[in-house]
Amino acid sequence: MRITEHPILEFLRGEEISFFFNGQELKGFEGETIAAALHAAGVKVLGHSHTMHRPRGLFCAIGNCSSCLMVVDGEPNIRICVETLKPGMKVETQQGKGCLK
Amino acid sequence: MPKVKDIEILVVGGGPAGLSAASAAANLGAGVLVLERDGKPGGQLVKQTHKFFGSKKQYAGDRGYQIGNLLIEQCENNPCVEVWTDTTALGIYEDGVVTAEGQGKHLKINPKKVIVATGASEKMIAFPNNDLPGIYGAGAVQTLMNVHGIVPGHRVLMIGAGNIGLIVSYQLMQAGVEIAAIIEAAPTIGGYLVHASKIRRAGVPILTSHTISEAYGQESVEGAIICKLDENWKPILGSEQDLKVDVICLAVGLSPLTELCFQADCQMKYVPELSGHVPIRNEYLETTRPGLYVAGDVSGVEEASSAMVEGRLAGINAAYSLGYGEDVAPKLQAEALVELSELRAGPAGQKTMRGIMNLMDKGGAVC
Repeated sequence: MRITEHPILEFLRGEEISFFFNGQELKGFEGETIAAALHAAGVKVLGHSHTMHRPRGLFCAIGNCSSCLMVVDGEPNIRICVETLKPGMKVETQQGKGCLK
Repeated sequence: MPKVKDIEILVVGGGPAGLSAASAAANLGAGVLVLERDGKPGGQLVKQTHKFFGSKKQYAGDRGYQIGNLLIEQCENNPCVEVWTDTTALGIYEDGVVTAEGQGKHLKINPKKVIVATGASEKMIAFPNNDLPGIYGAGAVQTLMNVHGIVPGHRVLMIGAGNIGLIVSYQLMQAGVEIAAIIEAAPTIGGYLVHASKIRRAGVPILTSHTISEAYGQESVEGAIICKLDENWKPILGSEQDLKVDVICLAVGLSPLTELCFQADCQMKYVPELSGHVPIRNEYLETTRPGLYVAGDVSGVEEASSAMVEGRLAGINAAYSLGYGEDVAPKLQAEALVELSELRAGPAGQKTMRGIMNLMDKGGAVC
């Protein structure tokens, strides 16, 4: 959910753009992180743990904890909490540890 | 082979300590490069909407993000300071070369002095299902809310009644989110009463001697069981309460981000009062590795106000050791030391002081 009115802050959002989450088209704003756009769209589960397959979500939001690794435009292990959203980006849930090309 | 960048002083981390260090050193005439892994400098200050305490010298009365903008401006306006954003320091080597990754490139920097101001990371606590989506560090909630303008959910259980727990709870309320309760395992509220009172006046319970027994939910948090603790911090059977919340926010402290100090072979020590392993350093913040200084949370978790003064002190000292500011540096150093002891004069500061005494006692690095 996005905050529209705030007593102290004003949010200057970029242009509205489309991106894809597991093939589904979603909207976000240019300049924000992929994690922010997914969160605003109500997506809380970003992946599953390797061995126990437990759901994983956003935890630190500043690139420290690796809880939010996803495949972005074919590249695995992207920390989506610090990666900026771009128009047409393909964001996918990662299976396993990912491979180097 | 990539070219090596020569610089007098390299600052790792562009938060309150790093930016203060950079402008202090540059004001004395030294050339400074700041590495910041984020796309924008300012560190966690840019997420702070509350007004700071302290004295005018430490920007009391200004909100955190305003102070952040001021520090960024000071560095931008100083021709001796260069800031590389989206750049992460990777290692500090025996020959003094520092490597970094920036925009997909492997970079090498050859500084004369290094100031490590990497900050801290959030602590986790153990309870069943603490890995469920919907459980966040308090800093993550601040980032989502105050940078991106997105709320994490509808109803929050806040764990920890230190200043961060209290301030982030109040910020959530300002953003229209309900706080089910703030729980604190200790028998008393750790943060300032001025923050606690604002929250209590709004009807939010602050439950001391309470902890979380478990979180539950299928794919993400649907609720939490909390319970009361006795005087030995043991759960009291039958005191459990079920809170329907979709967010659990952890404000249970920070750990210094000291990987670079360990890697650079600084002598380290575990000091509980400073929140973890910290590099042994002298009064002027130089570690056991000559020419490597620390400032801010990496040298012991405190607040942004003292991080800024520590940054200034490290910056002055690094520049002075290179021959800059011979006439003014000693006076500036003394002023910074006085400010630090003023900031640490309160009850919270006593703990820090004990930690620093503990750190310097056996370190063999005391000036």
